[in-house]
Amino acid sequence: MAEGKKTDIKLPDPSKLIVSSSPHLHNGSSVRKIMWLVILALMPSCIMGVYYFGFAAFRVLAVCVISSLIFEYIFARMMGRNNDWKDGSAIITGLLMGMLLSAGMPWWVCVIGCFIAIVFGKQVYGGIGFNPFNPACVGRIALIIAFPKMMTTWVPTRFMDKSFFVFDKSLLSPEKIEQIKGMSHLPFFHSVIDGVTCATPLGVVQTPFKLGTATEQLVGTVTDWQHVWQYAIGNIGGCIGETSAIALIIGGIFLIAMKVIKWYIPVSYIGTVAVFSTIVHFSMSPPALPGMVYQVLTGGLLIGAFFMATDMVTTPMTCKGGIIFGVGCGIITCVIRNWGGYPEGVMFSIVLMNALTPLIDRVTANRPFGKKQTSKTEA
Amino acid sequence: MPVTVRLFRGGVHPKEGKELSCSEPIRTAPLLDKYTVILHQHIGAPPKLLVKNKDKVRKGQVIAEKAGFVSASVHSPTSGTVKLVNCHGPAGSHTPAVEITSDGKDEWDDYVKSDPDWEQLDSNECRKRVEQAGIVGMGGAAFPTSVKLSPPADKKIDNLILNGAECEPFLTADHRLMLEEGEKILTGASILGRILGVDKISIGIENNKQDAIDKLRETASKYSVEVIPLRVMYPQGAEKQLIFAITGREVPSGGLPMDAGCVVQNVGTAAAVADAVRERKPLIERVTTVTGKPVCNPGNWKFRIGTPLSKVLELAGGIKKQPAKMLLGGPMMGMAQYSLEVTIMKNASGVLLLDEDEIAQFGSQPCIRCGRCVEACPMSLMPGTLSQMIESEKFDLAEYTNVMDCIECGSCAYVCPALRPLVQHMKRGKAEVIANRK
Repeated sequence: MAEGKKTDIKLPDPSKLIVSSSPHLHNGSSVRKIMWLVILALMPSCIMGVYYFGFAAFRVLAVCVISSLIFEYIFARMMGRNNDWKDGSAIITGLLMGMLLSAGMPWWVCVIGCFIAIVFGKQVYGGIGFNPFNPACVGRIALIIAFPKMMTTWVPTRFMDKSFFVFDKSLLSPEKIEQIKGMSHLPFFHSVIDGVTCATPLGVVQTPFKLGTATEQLVGTVTDWQHVWQYAIGNIGGCIGETSAIALIIGGIFLIAMKVIKWYIPVSYIGTVAVFSTIVHFSMSPPALPGMVYQVLTGGLLIGAFFMATDMVTTPMTCKGGIIFGVGCGIITCVIRNWGGYPEGVMFSIVLMNALTPLIDRVTANRPFGKKQTSKTEA
Repeated sequence: MPVTVRLFRGGVHPKEGKELSCSEPIRTAPLLDKYTVILHQHIGAPPKLLVKNKDKVRKGQVIAEKAGFVSASVHSPTSGTVKLVNCHGPAGSHTPAVEITSDGKDEWDDYVKSDPDWEQLDSNECRKRVEQAGIVGMGGAAFPTSVKLSPPADKKIDNLILNGAECEPFLTADHRLMLEEGEKILTGASILGRILGVDKISIGIENNKQDAIDKLRETASKYSVEVIPLRVMYPQGAEKQLIFAITGREVPSGGLPMDAGCVVQNVGTAAAVADAVRERKPLIERVTTVTGKPVCNPGNWKFRIGTPLSKVLELAGGIKKQPAKMLLGGPMMGMAQYSLEVTIMKNASGVLLLDEDEIAQFGSQPCIRCGRCVEACPMSLMPGTLSQMIESEKFDLAEYTNVMDCIECGSCAYVCPALRPLVQHMKRGKAEVIANRK
């Protein structure tokens, strides 16, 4: 076919043509881009956490991110997946781990938490995409079980007024401080817990409620507007990243706008908690539990709903499935908060619903185009 | 007239790239010295060869005859001498072909002449002419048209839909055809409607081709054809999606359009039908878009069937730079080629060259279950889950999870952030399921 070719016309060199299956175009998305958008969305909360808790918070976040990356690198390589650590997912796990810890956490607890999150939460299942549970949730739950005291001891923010109701004066005795400081007699194992601690708003309310000592006055105090504003901006005791509601909502809306996460999981999750707590609030007379604004803004609900219940790997793929997932998380969270052994139930609810995800995916699978709805009977 | 814009579920919207060639009028390619006509150009049984080496044939003469119900005849694109060869087929392997060395006279065979009384023909005679002309679906599937026009007696057909969606990015052949030969398309449509005994004829066009919509609307009412603008969304031109968008009917799983009372024909096919019935012209040429950033002069040409890609690209002025891929068809479903010997076939809607920075480079990272493929799938399948099943060779599970409903449109792979070669997995899964059934 080469005859009669004019010299100025160039034809493709067949030996350099790539042959592969269709499609030949791609929209340019990548796992790494998704992960970095999530990291970006977590930044407002991290910055607010560092702003309120000071350098101690930065230290915890840095330790978590670096140790997560190191564990991911080592274990991914051990399994022959040399490039896995570059995708940014370990940074997210590390950031979330750090954001779910108190700023006063000793560094070695952070490292243990990240080890459990990365290795037992993710790599043992085969790395990214194969983990059934949210790695950060796994790490965090392991730490709650292993170090219950440390994990429920919080440092106050830099701007907190000592008259603020969350200040926990009962912990100011020297023995208790020693107890929570852990292995502080060893060199380098110092924590920044320096004798001043406080409680989280949820702890202040839910614990007396479960003991039957909650009063209407307490409920009234914690839900006045002055305090609600503190919850919104994050000037409260708690984990580094879960305190500032506004920063978390900004990050969440950013992710929804960038189409990284779907709106239906956070909305159904938060909505369920709001409805459930409103019902509980008004079903009691006098109300011994605060209502929906308080339940939504405090504790780990927002970080859980926007950043952990939306983890793609461990949550359902369809809209219907996402709503079931969110509603389930909401109910479990409220039940644990109100009647369970822990003041907070977000992590547990997400892990429990993660376990149900394959089942939810199965029953909520879209009806294939052209298939009759009735043909769903076989196992 | 109010603008109705219809849609189906799912889909993606890749960059169109149609601006490269959409304003280039159709040019007729000059006569070549040699054409290589592949015999098996359609879905179904290969045709029976009628010529031998050194035979003289005339333009339009049957060189291979339809063999079986689902099959199509092949005709000589010009007058000249026959040589039987094997040539590069579009699927990569060598395939039997007839090489015709032109005698330069380009003489039509005797039977090809315009028939002034075509309007009096009954539907059987029309169908016979379509069959003799060797017409196959020109949108890409190459399904013999005569088969679509002979539905079994128990299938009631009440809708004929012409496919002018042209949802594949870059391709503009149908667009130009609708602008320049709209009358021929509409005539073909009314002939097809007569053959099928259908009163309701519609033509679906994506509304990024407003000029074509306006142009056809001027005369469509004369042929009692309704022009329906469709929202731009890939794969709007897939048969099942087009039927759903226009009639609201779902073709049952595993079924054919006729099971939903519909027959879909590409606009190019309709034009070929008009030629076949009015002038008894067989299908020996078609409009093909030659485009892509590396092409010097992108445009739309009327090529004879059997024109090699080397000549096609020469006509388009050659290339500016080495492309990374050369495709026959559009970028979403077209086939990658590695030989310039491959020739234009009846279903070649485009020859597309893609630059290195445009092409998808699939790897196989693990699925992160983001669900974007589920959202994009126009068949409402779970491509990510299916691909994992197929990767671990659980073909029975894949069959149960409806892999056979996949239309291989590529929407899932287009959006996959893990760059999984989802379509390749689906094709493998379907092939394995079919092999297991035997």
